[in-house]
Amino acid sequence: MALLEVDDLKTYFKTREGEVHAVDGVSFSLERGKTLGIVGESGCGKSVTALSIMGLVPGPGRVVSGSVVFDGRSMLDRKQRELEDIRGRDIGMIFQDPMTSLNPTLTIGTQITETLRRHLKLNRDAARKRATELLEEVHIPNAAGRLDDYPHRYSGGMRQRVMIAIALACNPKLLIADEPTTALDVTVQAGVLDLLRELRAEHDMAMVIITHDMGVVAETADDIVVMYAGQIVEHATTLDLFDTPEHPYTEALLAALPQLEGENVREGRLVSIPGRPPDLLAPPLACRFAPRCQYAGHDDCAGVLPALREIRPGHWVRSAHPASERAAHAVGAR
Amino acid sequence: MSDVFENGAGGAGNGSEPLLVVEHLKKYFPVKRGVLIDRTVDHVKAVDDVSFEIYPGETLGLVGESGSGKSTTGYCVLQLLKPTSGSVRFLGQDLTKMSRSELRQMRREMQIVFQDPYASLNPRMTVGDIVSEALAINGIGDRRSRRRSAERLLEVVGFNPDFINRYPHEFSGGQRQRIGVARALALNPRLIVCDEPVSALDVSIQAQILNLLKDLQREFNLTYLFIAHDLAVVRTMSDRIAVMNRGKIVEVGDAEDVYQNPTDQYTKALLAAVPVPDPRKMRVRREERRKLKGALAEPV
Repeated sequence: MALLEVDDLKTYFKTREGEVHAVDGVSFSLERGKTLGIVGESGCGKSVTALSIMGLVPGPGRVVSGSVVFDGRSMLDRKQRELEDIRGRDIGMIFQDPMTSLNPTLTIGTQITETLRRHLKLNRDAARKRATELLEEVHIPNAAGRLDDYPHRYSGGMRQRVMIAIALACNPKLLIADEPTTALDVTVQAGVLDLLRELRAEHDMAMVIITHDMGVVAETADDIVVMYAGQIVEHATTLDLFDTPEHPYTEALLAALPQLEGENVREGRLVSIPGRPPDLLAPPLACRFAPRCQYAGHDDCAGVLPALREIRPGHWVRSAHPASERAAHAVGAR
Repeated sequence: MSDVFENGAGGAGNGSEPLLVVEHLKKYFPVKRGVLIDRTVDHVKAVDDVSFEIYPGETLGLVGESGSGKSTTGYCVLQLLKPTSGSVRFLGQDLTKMSRSELRQMRREMQIVFQDPYASLNPRMTVGDIVSEALAINGIGDRRSRRRSAERLLEVVGFNPDFINRYPHEFSGGQRQRIGVARALALNPRLIVCDEPVSALDVSIQAQILNLLKDLQREFNLTYLFIAHDLAVVRTMSDRIAVMNRGKIVEVGDAEDVYQNPTDQYTKALLAAVPVPDPRKMRVRREERRKLKGALAEPV
């Protein structure tokens, strides 16, 4: 049985204008020790998916239907107190901004030991000792000496390492990392990603990494979910997704990325995706990417919402015109 | 002028005169201490002896991490910040020695596109007023002709001119950045400093804006100083690239040379750090990264 199973999750936000369908029928599962990457652009619902799993959806949002099963038990019908026991102990969390997710008025040591004392009931000395070990584990030099420093004495990369140390304090089974390196410089990012990979293997921990950066998922994830307008549009293993992307959105997203290598980059134009994602107040009862899709037909795209179907073992796609079928069609027509 | 046109985006070393020559540019910010009487105890050397030139129709990419001094360099070029020392010669004249009124004249020829399309447009001005403000300030045309110019500019950047009377908050990041570009074009400048023009935008929108900047460059023979932290974005825009680290240019050269055969250790480490959207290259790149770790001392 998988560690995390999300089934047909729907999270809506009530606003004056109506209900925003931020997450609209998301399903996936994650095995122990594996890493799932969730990629998508702003507003696609990737962060709200993570918040829904942890029971942290801010009002006026709420999970309206679906199920989230973590380690064999549902997360959605639990009391607040039970969720607090799980978060920080069984599920670790890292957020985007290392500048704001640490309390500036408490020392680093206090913030790490807080978690240890709350969840593991360690006494002061034991917690301090463990905190030092954790800081060493995330490669903070002179860990014991820096325990009593306040966050402002740490650089951005080091603060994110502290966040990782806190998230790992109780040996969680699952780590949810929401844009963990977005606020960091690229060289610092590389260090943090390497650290996450190393710790994941050591602790045999599963990870959900949420990012807008295709490069970051390529480096970290075993499987990738691509989200668009509140839904999963493609789900495959990392190699399969990058080798043979099926959904026209995934294809376009990869093609729109400026390349670090290659020839004639200066003279060439980037492939851009015309238009914008749909309004999630009243999402169309059709393929949500159709208005921007260069392969969209008339009736099969505008009329019905395509289901997420398994086009080959382990590769799921929500489109009437996935790449391999277009290719087969082109051969057939000849 | 026709000479410049023919050479177009060809860039450096084609015999034409550089449009912009920056020499030994320094910008030090004082670090002050003291309660009643401020004493300057130290300086932050944001830009520390930077020299480069840009030829007409060329794009020079300025790439570096946060705090490397790339934006400060851009501001000093436009005299939005007064350099501590060094010279900035634009069209043969030293901008650092100019009076305010002379500078104002010169600013018609050099404009800027800012990073954040949310903060850089006045929320209380209409799109039309934002785009034509520079014309009004410089006393060009009357109200009606300025409005026509604004419509034409918006059309050029792919923004529907029917929305000329609306306010910036009604538009998405990508659309706002188009307004910002139209504003920069209003006085028909030669040089545009693009300061992280796409870093606030999603990938699909980013591609639209980068393509627009490329098209405009070709159409109006613009010269860009293109500042960004994203190495791939800089590569796709630039003829030549200068890499900055801690206030200094550590490497400068043709874009392809710098990326394919970097000579500086920091440039190598920077390139190796970029997560590439190709899982098959991952192992090689990680190995490369390990070797170059020494070139990067993480600031404490």
